[in-house]
Amino acid sequence: MKCIVTGGNVKVLGRAVHSLSRIGDELYLEPTESGLSLRAVNSSRSAFASFLFAPLFFQLYEPGGRQPDRELVRCKVLMKSFLGVFRSLPSLEKTVGKCLILLKPRANRLVVQLHCKYGVTKTHNLAFQECELLQAVFDTQRCASTLCAPARLLAEAVVHFPQTLAEVTLGAGPGGKISLRNYVEDEAVPSKTMVTELRLADDEFQTVAVTPGSRITFCLKEFRGLLTFAEASNLPLTIHYDTPGKPVVFTLEDTVLEVHLVLATLLDPESDLQPPTANGVSHVPTPSDDFADDLESYMIAMETSAYEDGPSGVPPSPTFPLRTPRPAESDPEEEEEEGAVPGTPPHKKFRSLFFGSVLTPGGPGPAPTQEVLAEDSDGEN
Amino acid sequence: MPLSAQPASSAEPYVLAASLDNARHLSSLLRAVHFQDHATCFATANGLRVTVEDAKCIQANAFIQAEIFQEYTVQEESVTFRINLSVLLDCLTIFGTSSLPGTSTALRMCYRGYGYPLMLLLEEGGVVTVCKINTQEPDELLDFDFCSTKVVNKIILQSEGLREAFAELDMTSEVLQITMSPDKPYFRLSTFGNAGSAHLDYPRDSDLMEAFHCNQTQTNRYKISLLKPSTKALALSCKVSIRTDAQGFLSLQYMIRNEDGQICFVEYYCCPDEDITEAEL
Repeated sequence: MKCIVTGGNVKVLGRAVHSLSRIGDELYLEPTESGLSLRAVNSSRSAFASFLFAPLFFQLYEPGGRQPDRELVRCKVLMKSFLGVFRSLPSLEKTVGKCLILLKPRANRLVVQLHCKYGVTKTHNLAFQECELLQAVFDTQRCASTLCAPARLLAEAVVHFPQTLAEVTLGAGPGGKISLRNYVEDEAVPSKTMVTELRLADDEFQTVAVTPGSRITFCLKEFRGLLTFAEASNLPLTIHYDTPGKPVVFTLEDTVLEVHLVLATLLDPESDLQPPTANGVSHVPTPSDDFADDLESYMIAMETSAYEDGPSGVPPSPTFPLRTPRPAESDPEEEEEEGAVPGTPPHKKFRSLFFGSVLTPGGPGPAPTQEVLAEDSDGEN
Repeated sequence: MPLSAQPASSAEPYVLAASLDNARHLSSLLRAVHFQDHATCFATANGLRVTVEDAKCIQANAFIQAEIFQEYTVQEESVTFRINLSVLLDCLTIFGTSSLPGTSTALRMCYRGYGYPLMLLLEEGGVVTVCKINTQEPDELLDFDFCSTKVVNKIILQSEGLREAFAELDMTSEVLQITMSPDKPYFRLSTFGNAGSAHLDYPRDSDLMEAFHCNQTQTNRYKISLLKPSTKALALSCKVSIRTDAQGFLSLQYMIRNEDGQICFVEYYCCPDEDITEAEL
């Protein structure tokens, strides 16, 4: 893989890396024919982000390197080291004229070269690991509610929440009013809790197609990261969400850029918001024994498809046993590497984005693997 | 030895007396070498030199020429004492580090001689503070024997070009490798950290390059932890001269221009990192 980014796009790339660094400790790079994809997932698999830079974004883009028959190499690098290359955004804008990214599988190095002012060249040779495809399964078409707003509107709204706030609730009032409030845990003492709620007029939005009364709660940290990027890029942000517990998908689109941020949402809305009569009957997904057919859309399944997808009839990658339904659980493979408990486990009631080991298209159907998707039972009762 | 009553009788009881109408000119230079608590001060008629060392491998010198001071007298050929630099800096900035524009702290500094404290009189806005800092037995200092005739390679760069490089150094790397060469890559800074290696190349025809005199290709490694403190001097400086001798000893001279346009120098000497494994084998 070889690509060259020039001018202002270097800063866009840098901002994307900064935004991704809010999500995970590793950066996945996947060169494809449709562009270079940068992805990250958090350790508890409750947040996933992908930035797809179209070939037109680059001055030069060769996904497969010089040999056309050569398989595309996916890799992951330590976020910290990649972020180090783009650490200072102001200086990136001021000094860097050209950025060259070169994946050298033979030398086992990802080379990032910055050509700066005064002829200075910075060359970073980063170690990488070949890895599997990282893909969150989500379908924005099947989301009941869609909102689209200038990023600035949302950025100016979340600014009112303290930096320490973990989760925020986005709701659609009966009159179509969109509100954002800080999420307060059930155990919190009401007399000691401050609730901040912002109501946004619907004419501030470009699109409002929401189910009245719907509300979802998601993590603010990753959302802020995306907003910073969206605001700087001056792109409208689209929010797709469904019922609580299903993932919320934030998208940004440009001619040369496509961004998705998928966040788990809290399973049950605050109980006091539900009319007593609707208890247990409403749209609140009550996970039951008979897994619905659309289970896949119910949760964000993450596919990790084998990297070597040779047509050699390799037996399906072993299906993972039923997971312990703790959201902090990470992929067993990952666990061996990381060993430690993830740094920021999400709220206990978050569904994690489940990973399945799915064969790449072309192999046997992925259906059998769906049984590995386990239910998060913590939030029930 | 306690300081007795104010020696009003004797006309010039001090072996060193200096006054400065803006103490910041002194404190900012001292801060540029402040990576250890203690410093050795060495005063001659030419000026004051403040030396800080660490690990017998690095030495930093701040030179404050006599001309910087409004009044500067040395009674003996040379006056040497050791002092706690942190305390000295605290005293010099006792009225705050960021003075408002138009206000400055005036300083009078006196030293009676061996065994006496260094006395500082600081005045700002009519308020006077008297500080007495105990002096200590001077250390024996390293002699790097770095003379300009033995310099093999020399580069003068505008500091701007190095500032970002030093700020972004991969601190997971144990060493900073400096390559100076008459041929490509001319001047290269390399680190070898956990995440991989990084190289920073400066072409000889760069606008940052004020002078380029490289006679032979030299690649030396220096402990990054030893060089990191020089960032403080780099931040203040406008130009930096990077020199190496045949043994690989490194001299970094920083030219620092103060608010009044006067020029001072801060110099760092650093030993190269020896390849221990090779020596042991």
